[in-house]
Amino acid sequence: MSALNRKIELVCPAGNLPALRAAIDNGADAVYIGFRGDSNARNFPGLNFSPAEVLKGLEYVKKNGKRLFLAINTYPVPARWKEFVHTVDTAVDIGVDALILADIGLMRYASRTYPGLRLHLSVQGSATNRYAITFYHEQFGIRRVVLPRVLSLAQVQHLINKTTVEVEVFGYGSLCVMVEGRCALSSFVTGDSPNSAGVCSPAHAVRWVETPSGRESYLNGILINRHKTEEVAGYPTLCKGRFRVNRHVFHAIEEPTSLNVLEILPDLVKSGVTAIKVEGRQRSTAYVSLVARTLRAALDACFADPENFVPSIDWIAQLKLLSEGSCNTLGAYHRSWQ
Amino acid sequence: MKISIGPIQYYWERKKVFAFYDRLPDSAVDIVYLGETVCSKRRELQLADWLAIAKQLTAAGKEVILSTLALLEAESELASLQKIITNGIYMVEANDVAAVQLLAGRGHFVLGPHINVYNNETLMLLHEMGAKRWVIPVELGREIVTELLGDRPPGLESELFAYGRLPLAFSARCFSARAHNRPKDNCDFVCRDYPDGLTLYTQDEKPFLILNGIQVQSAVVHNLVTHLGELVKLGVDVIRIAPQAEGMTEIIAAVRDVLEGRLQPEMTTELLVPYQPYGCCDGYWYGQAGMTRIQNNQRQDSG
Repeated sequence: MSALNRKIELVCPAGNLPALRAAIDNGADAVYIGFRGDSNARNFPGLNFSPAEVLKGLEYVKKNGKRLFLAINTYPVPARWKEFVHTVDTAVDIGVDALILADIGLMRYASRTYPGLRLHLSVQGSATNRYAITFYHEQFGIRRVVLPRVLSLAQVQHLINKTTVEVEVFGYGSLCVMVEGRCALSSFVTGDSPNSAGVCSPAHAVRWVETPSGRESYLNGILINRHKTEEVAGYPTLCKGRFRVNRHVFHAIEEPTSLNVLEILPDLVKSGVTAIKVEGRQRSTAYVSLVARTLRAALDACFADPENFVPSIDWIAQLKLLSEGSCNTLGAYHRSWQ
Repeated sequence: MKISIGPIQYYWERKKVFAFYDRLPDSAVDIVYLGETVCSKRRELQLADWLAIAKQLTAAGKEVILSTLALLEAESELASLQKIITNGIYMVEANDVAAVQLLAGRGHFVLGPHINVYNNETLMLLHEMGAKRWVIPVELGREIVTELLGDRPPGLESELFAYGRLPLAFSARCFSARAHNRPKDNCDFVCRDYPDGLTLYTQDEKPFLILNGIQVQSAVVHNLVTHLGELVKLGVDVIRIAPQAEGMTEIIAAVRDVLEGRLQPEMTTELLVPYQPYGCCDGYWYGQAGMTRIQNNQRQDSG
């Protein structure tokens, strides 16, 4: 048995202060959050932090010797530019440990105005190869890249070998099927996209209709899914609906399922990733607690003895319970998914 | 205003590709973008073939740009990108920041529609690095485009996607193969059977999206032909038409005729119907849901 001497950071999401505390209390090494509004890719009603709350959160995180990252990862259009710059300034004033950015212009501003500020390239920045990462590193000195959920495990490993930038990958949570930062499906249907408004398939466009045979979900008038009465009706994220292609009605783009890397954790750890990220700033405190606790336990076990690591039945059951459609996938990490 | 033909996004057979470009020298098109932008497995044409087509089009007075993949992952894809970039003759369209990285300092290049440029600060940096032209992201509407164009770096040309099925998303997953229950690694190039992509319908039988390998497009055609006058006034330099299997000659002619004042923009609405099997949309231009068709509805409301 040979324990690993290199630790991997567990990065957990928080949509409010209770979730932030829960993440820290349950083993997160870092928490990532966003300001209220559309400056970040989880712009949900009632979610996210005011500057005063960020400060409170930072105090809690620091007291526990952990780190706080703040995402400003939508793309500002000209009319919003000054406001986004102000958002960067505010985050720097508060003193968060890193900014997670996607927009080239905003990264240029941040790196020029605050040399030495730790910048992470958001998954919304859409860097899937070494040249793209080099661009952001050379231009803005980014220290970490969050990889889009389109790369296989072998490709992740290869990238890590080819770059000096820290690599953060998604380990658990809702699965974006498309290359993040380059998906306009939501704005095509609703007018709001992750890039422009920080939302995908926003709640304001959702309509449920009860029918004699079950429930139908619509997104701005587009029928996303039909559920039989006995079926659990999931949120109508548009790429996870059931559609007809040729003669078959099925989840033509993706099933409602959550990414879960438990099965390949030792491989990920050995690949040299710096951090594993949990998706879900929109999730409840209970959810964040359970995912953080489970992944903490799994990572600790994996560090202690990577060769003999086997995910415990409890962890598998816990995470499955929290998953979309009670279903897990390795996503693009596993070639057969692609 | 110049007219460009975007890269062919579908997987057409070699013969069909050559036939398509054989017709362009006599068309009213100014700029032609060539190359594979969707899937690196599609190899009906090699770089040498694209260069041969480029030569023929250049001889006919067309400006040729070599376009590149939107999603770059494998080393082999980066190597192909490198070859295109060092072709030594033609300008290149970057559809990923990787291409920008390799093109920087090598002269002029085009920022394709898949590079996220939402503000002039981004545009400024990329212009300094050599961007000569910029294809505006499809989801940006009139209001934002007006602001961007009003303050753009001097000398930077703008190009707007004005006609065709909207390229909306890319994935590592091949949706065409998935729809045929085939793994991506054994796809048997099923996308070749769908020269206009594979239609995805909602369960109430509305044509919704087009599956084109790892790309997802709109089923409706994004059509800004009735807005051409406004685009000229705004200072858009180039308008892009996306290739589709049928009707390209008619579409190009209609756009040119409108630009030259030989055809009332409203006349094209009916003229182009045969080439829009699922109808058309212009919602993005109004800052609304891209799939909606607003101009026609407004006219109905007022008339």
